[in-house]
Amino acid sequence: MNPKKERRWINAVLPFLIPVLVLILWQIASMGGGPKAALTPSPFKVLQTFLKMVESGELLRHTLISTNRAVSGFLVGGAIGLILGLVNGLWSLAERLTDSSVQMVRNIPHLALIPLILIWFGIGEESKLVMVSLGVFFPIYLNTFHGIRSIDPGLIEMGRVYGLKGFALYRNVLFPGALASILVGVRYSLGIMWLTLIVAETVSAKSGIGYMSMNAREYMQMEVIILSILIYALLGKLSDSLAKLAERQFLKWHPNYRKSAAKGDGRLVKKSYPAANSTAS
Amino acid sequence: MSKKAIRLQIQQLRKHFDETKVLTDVNLTIEPGEFVAIIGRSGCGKSTLLRLVAGLDQPSHGSIVLDHEPVTGIHQDTRVLFQEARLLPWKKVADNVRIGTQHNDRESALVALEQVGLANRADEYPGILSGGQKQRVSLARALAGHPRLLLLDEPLGALDALTRIEMQQLIEQLWREQQFTAILVTHDVSEAVALADRVILLEEGVVAMDTRIALARPRERDNGFAYYEKTILDRLLEPKERGTIHPDHHSASAFAI
Ligand SMILES: Nc1ncnc2c1ncn2[C@@H]1O[C@H](COP(=O)(O)OP(=O)(O)OP(=O)(O)O)[C@@H](O)[C@H]1O
Ligand SMILES: [Mg+2]
Repeated sequence: MNPKKERRWINAVLPFLIPVLVLILWQIASMGGGPKAALTPSPFKVLQTFLKMVESGELLRHTLISTNRAVSGFLVGGAIGLILGLVNGLWSLAERLTDSSVQMVRNIPHLALIPLILIWFGIGEESKLVMVSLGVFFPIYLNTFHGIRSIDPGLIEMGRVYGLKGFALYRNVLFPGALASILVGVRYSLGIMWLTLIVAETVSAKSGIGYMSMNAREYMQMEVIILSILIYALLGKLSDSLAKLAERQFLKWHPNYRKSAAKGDGRLVKKSYPAANSTAS
Repeated sequence: MSKKAIRLQIQQLRKHFDETKVLTDVNLTIEPGEFVAIIGRSGCGKSTLLRLVAGLDQPSHGSIVLDHEPVTGIHQDTRVLFQEARLLPWKKVADNVRIGTQHNDRESALVALEQVGLANRADEYPGILSGGQKQRVSLARALAGHPRLLLLDEPLGALDALTRIEMQQLIEQLWREQQFTAILVTHDVSEAVALADRVILLEEGVVAMDTRIALARPRERDNGFAYYEKTILDRLLEPKERGTIHPDHHSASAFAI
């Protein structure tokens, strides 16, 4: 093998090294026996549970329910955030009217609203939809607003000289100009989406992964609890990868993404907009 | 071209920004197909005048008439070339030029790109082009819709000397082919003399000088050229010169304000 090929091979293997090591240590730890052994199921046992639950269809059912909640909450909250961000970014009158109120609400950690939302909307689907929408709304709103405001005014003026107005101006100049920032908001809000859903499902639900986990706690089914955590991690990773894919697809023109997209690190997120980080709650 | 170039008439034009009186009384008539250069010290209101002609700003007083129509806003026969290329980075070169075409068609965009010698870069993003190439794409975009009036606000200011001269030749060539009326704002007297039929000096809010350049095209940088350059520079330096240290304006031919 030539050195270049070797380097590539090492690069491909490197990310898996730590997870594999953890798995091995975990297996060793669980083989120790003693009174705590039941509290640390072996990776093998988790795998067995996984297969069993796949077979019974139970896992798929809960995963689909959770995903459905996450996606609908994301769509509702994201759409509202996007529209309000665009409107406030474009009309300063609307901004004056709504922005300070939005900023005020933003400073309340949305998870603190759970008791209130449970009372208002019950423990059904509505309360989950409201929670996730609320969590997703802020990063998308803030980044859309910021994206619109940071478009080079020279480009807008150029658009005017060439007779672009209304929807044509929006489609050719405003939206693409804000897109990089909007996608930062999307990526950030996807994280919040899962976080909110986990909490909402853990606190009160009759189905979904969070419910599966809480239910297993009552019967001390440690392997089911660990399995739920792993599924959450997987779903989170999956949605992040989708967002990254979207960034790479829609921001092909962007020199920043052209180079660092393959690595897809958080540097860009931080650089693009500090407000995205301050929405954490 | 089927459509004729535009005749421009500016009368008693005034523009104030709150307390700042930028243009006080500008009167100027530009004949169809004429190439006019506007020079003047930084901050004298050259860009302001151009923006008024483009319809991007409204005058405080007076009128600007294109042919027989007063300017009230953006005019579809008028195109502007700014100092920065102002290309949309998310659109490929050809799609940027398409914005300037009449029916948003790729064919005329490619024709326009061909004219500026960049047809082979049609499917690249503007981000990887050099400054001069970007400005050429911008020129293609401006000309793709066959404007009857082209306004140029120091479009070559940021380019290196060689690229600048190439661009000047390109602009002159396209102007001769397409016969639009052109107004060029520049800091560079030599550029003004190289391109313009008339050089206009804007000073203290009025047209302070209006010189016709009677040189054959394409212009060589010969004695006649140097004569015009020196005359205009001398005039330009005149008012502030009195009572101040005398600048060495005999070697002024390579001098840009
Ligand atoms: N929108 C505005 N609001 C207030 N003042 C303005 C505005 N635009 C221009 N001015 C003022 O008008 C004056 C002329 O500006 P302008 O940009 O037309 O100068 P210029 O001749 O183009 O200068 P330069 O050669 O440096 O480009 C300046 O004093 C500037 O501060
Ligand atoms: Mg200017």
